[in-house]
Amino acid sequence: MKVRTVAAVVPLLAALATAVAGCGSGTATGAAPAATGGGGSADPGISKTSVTLGGSYPFSGPAAAYSTLVYGVQAAFDAANAGGGVSGRKIKYTALDDGYDPARALQDAHQLIEQDHVFAILGSAGTPTNFADWDYINQAGVPDLFLISGASNWGADIKAHPWTIGGLPSFVAEARIYAHYLERVMPHATIAILYQNDEFGQDYLGGFLHAIAGSGLKVIAKQDYVVTDPTVDTQVSNLAASKAQVFVDFSTAQFTIQAIKQAASLGWKPLHIIPVPDASKTQVLEPAGLQNSTGIISVDYSKDPTDPRWARDASVQEYLRAVKQYTPKANPDDFNVEEGWIVAQAMIAALKAMKHPTRASLMQAVRTLNVPEGVLLPGVEINTTHGYPIQTMYVARFNGTTWQLLGSPITETRGY
Amino acid sequence: MARLLQTIVDGLADGSIYAALALALVLIYRATGVVNFAQGEMATCSTFIAWGLLQAGLPLAAALGLTFVIAFIGGMLVECVVLRPTEGSDALTIVILTVGLYFLFNSADGWIWGFDSHSFPSVFSTSRLSVGGAHLTAQSVGTVGVLVAVAAILYAFFQRTDLGLAMRAAAQGPDSSRLAGVPVDRMLMFGWGVAAVLGAVAGALVAPALFLNVNTMSSVLIYAFAAAALGGLDSPVGALIGGWIIGVAQNLAGTYVGFIGGDLEILVPLAIITVVLLIRPTGLFGSREVVRV
Amino acid sequence: MSAANVRPRSKVAALSLPPGTRGPLRIAAVLTVAAFIPFVYSGYTVSELTLVIAYAVATLGLNLLIGYGGQISLGHGAFFAIGAYLTAVLLSHNVVPVIATIPLTGVASFIAGYLFGLPALRLRGIYLGLVTLTLAVAVTPLVSRFTITGGVDGLTVNQPQAPTWLGLSQVQFVYLLCLAVAAVLFIGAGRLVRSEVGRSVVALNDNELTAGAVGVNVTRTKTRLFAWSAMYAGIGGSLYVFAVGFVSPDSFTLTLSVWFLAAVVVGGRRSIAGAIIGGLAIEFLPVYAAKVDEALTGAIYGAALIVCIYVMPDGVVGAARRMKAAASVTPGAFKRRAGRLEQRLP
Repeated sequence: MKVRTVAAVVPLLAALATAVAGCGSGTATGAAPAATGGGGSADPGISKTSVTLGGSYPFSGPAAAYSTLVYGVQAAFDAANAGGGVSGRKIKYTALDDGYDPARALQDAHQLIEQDHVFAILGSAGTPTNFADWDYINQAGVPDLFLISGASNWGADIKAHPWTIGGLPSFVAEARIYAHYLERVMPHATIAILYQNDEFGQDYLGGFLHAIAGSGLKVIAKQDYVVTDPTVDTQVSNLAASKAQVFVDFSTAQFTIQAIKQAASLGWKPLHIIPVPDASKTQVLEPAGLQNSTGIISVDYSKDPTDPRWARDASVQEYLRAVKQYTPKANPDDFNVEEGWIVAQAMIAALKAMKHPTRASLMQAVRTLNVPEGVLLPGVEINTTHGYPIQTMYVARFNGTTWQLLGSPITETRGY
Repeated sequence: MARLLQTIVDGLADGSIYAALALALVLIYRATGVVNFAQGEMATCSTFIAWGLLQAGLPLAAALGLTFVIAFIGGMLVECVVLRPTEGSDALTIVILTVGLYFLFNSADGWIWGFDSHSFPSVFSTSRLSVGGAHLTAQSVGTVGVLVAVAAILYAFFQRTDLGLAMRAAAQGPDSSRLAGVPVDRMLMFGWGVAAVLGAVAGALVAPALFLNVNTMSSVLIYAFAAAALGGLDSPVGALIGGWIIGVAQNLAGTYVGFIGGDLEILVPLAIITVVLLIRPTGLFGSREVVRV
Repeated sequence: MSAANVRPRSKVAALSLPPGTRGPLRIAAVLTVAAFIPFVYSGYTVSELTLVIAYAVATLGLNLLIGYGGQISLGHGAFFAIGAYLTAVLLSHNVVPVIATIPLTGVASFIAGYLFGLPALRLRGIYLGLVTLTLAVAVTPLVSRFTITGGVDGLTVNQPQAPTWLGLSQVQFVYLLCLAVAAVLFIGAGRLVRSEVGRSVVALNDNELTAGAVGVNVTRTKTRLFAWSAMYAGIGGSLYVFAVGFVSPDSFTLTLSVWFLAAVVVGGRRSIAGAIIGGLAIEFLPVYAAKVDEALTGAIYGAALIVCIYVMPDGVVGAARRMKAAASVTPGAFKRRAGRLEQRLP
């Protein structure tokens, strides 16, 4: 027995002793590199002819549906590279799989920064996954740009995480826009709410309830579900029983489709609001039934490539051409692909505006960014002084064939 | 009162969804002795094949018929290629094999057909009925009818036919069955084939309401296991009753017990499994295991 | 047949060591190599290997239960999660010093395992599997509901800080800390298996009735084994939190329990070293699968699991043992044994 214990402890002590003796000369590769100030020498991942970027996506696992985001990013960068790159630099983009597992997202962040030596992290998708690695990325002094997640946390505390900036419009801002819209058109309406009980739905719900507090709007029924549930038909039946005039629906993917169909087949015809990630005509409204979907309200901030109104728009054509040529497997109607494109365009603009080849200089460019309209709707601007680059949206109504923009664009500055 | 009735009716509809997959689980357990974690994913795959045929223009009946044939062959192939080489392995090894199949099918489905949700036509009409103030769909009533018919057929098959007896023997005691002249390998293959067809049936019944996507059956799987455990792993009738009990219990708890919101509803079937297993492990209708000392 | 009578003829056998030192020397060698890793490899690889250690400890717990005890558990991810969340809550509220979280977590997981095992272990086989399955599925909804566990957002915690006098980076320190804990647990497992408890367990596994007849307290032994097993899983969860610094409901789904089960089968049952292989599999199989084709990761590691079972039905360690047994039957040895046999025949 004794031999075993001694045999175990001795090598450990020896290793520690070696470490102590060799401290200082050892390669302390885990230490956080200090952010180099703007100036001459370049940071890792960037040279005169190339710049390396990376991001982490849920290619496998429960959120695999969002993996198509990377197609939009890839198409944008391939198109830019074909045109000679950005400021003469070709963009190399590495997308890693995190399986929607926060531990793997952290591993991916380590790999991108320490092994692939990326200049910046761009477009990492998902909320819990970004939560797991944003501390590490900020400590390492690497820009963590345009996260594909609408969680309100990214902009809520810029001082603590100066290297991070969100990409999607914040869910809270969107919920507030719905609240103000309802206050305008149906100030005393009764509301039934369905929400996904995770950070996505809770963020929307919190923002919405906060915004309607003190108004004439009344929530008379609330039902929740989790993504591991097979169906929300029962929840919708319960909400329909309340006979509320408004159905605020903070759900995703197949649950939104089920909710639309179930409400219609129950004969319940409320004013139905759905969140913008689920406002895709081909992915959500068509399976649910276009007639069932008539009258649905959401917001809009980008041009719908299937909408004939934008058929001749140069940016939309550019987007469609690039997707067809560089990522032919992608479906350009897929809202995720378009989002990836938008985020990549913002990155390209930031790289162009960057004064020195350093991360600090990139962050400066990002925080003062001015992005051309591109596939964003006219009037929607990218304003990065706050935590959320996109804070302007139109309220939109589906008329059975396309989304109609109602009124002028609304800028919601409260993102959290 | 109407609310209570509606909750129960909704529970029965949900329960039918669980029961549909549970039937396939029970069949494969009865016929091959294997607890197949990949049953749901194989069902999703079959349903996607049906969807693909529909997109290609086939009418619903033809698409489903062809799908059943493909599923049958596919199920037999899986048994032949994946399971037979490892025959004689213990239960845990086989469980891990089916887990490997789960990952394989799930990922392959996404790779082939993408991750979007699709509508799937129902074999029943889309009309709605109203019974005593509660709303029903022809779809859910029709589903119940099909499930009852399938369970009855399975019961009769296993209990009353020679082939069914041979299959049960092959599953429970392959070595002694071989000695008795039962073609065990062929029985197992047949069992997997039929289970795959049942999975396809489950998919066709379930997809119209749930909408077809890569994860349609993944979420149903745990409920199907609960239903099978409650009813008895080797009882088709038990799978149905178990499914309905779980569906109704879950909906009642979700509606009337304030503490249990949509997020904790899954605790209801879990609690039911635990209680049933501790009191009567073989479930309500399962056959008791008699062990000779 | 005492060691003294054996006359080694081959060169390798001539390196015969005094009895009882082979094992510890092997352990010492492995630990030495492992301890030098953080100084040779990059921070990224070291953090990956730290996770391997955490998973290996949990896999070891499950292996004790399955390989030696012949039980099954589809819910070990739940004990891992309990350990991880307990550690995370303690660390985020700064209640106890970091190092104290490990014994606390160990005790809590042991108790949890014991309490769960008392009723559950009356079941066997697939029924035990199902009841442990419910445990695994129940974790995520429960931790999402309560704010103390961070709700749906989870908790970010401060990872153990390297004391400055050691001169190590944080990644290196966390790795060595986890390695030290794991070493104690692995050696402990070895001793447990060879102890009276361990022998009772194996006897129980082979034949429960006869074991009971010769005086093994069946219920107590089974429950204690389950509790030990849960304790290992819980401490594995603790190490996970040290390595990652973050817990969320999405980290501990049913898939994790399934992976632990697969790790036991891939590593090899009834083998303590097999747990290390299992830990490596959990960490690296998805990573390499993603390198092959990101869109098909699930298919690739699913296929890998299946192939692994064909080629090595008793796991990597089992295959290694078989190869070693086959190699020991060399022509020379065979002839010698035949010769000795001839001498004995009249």
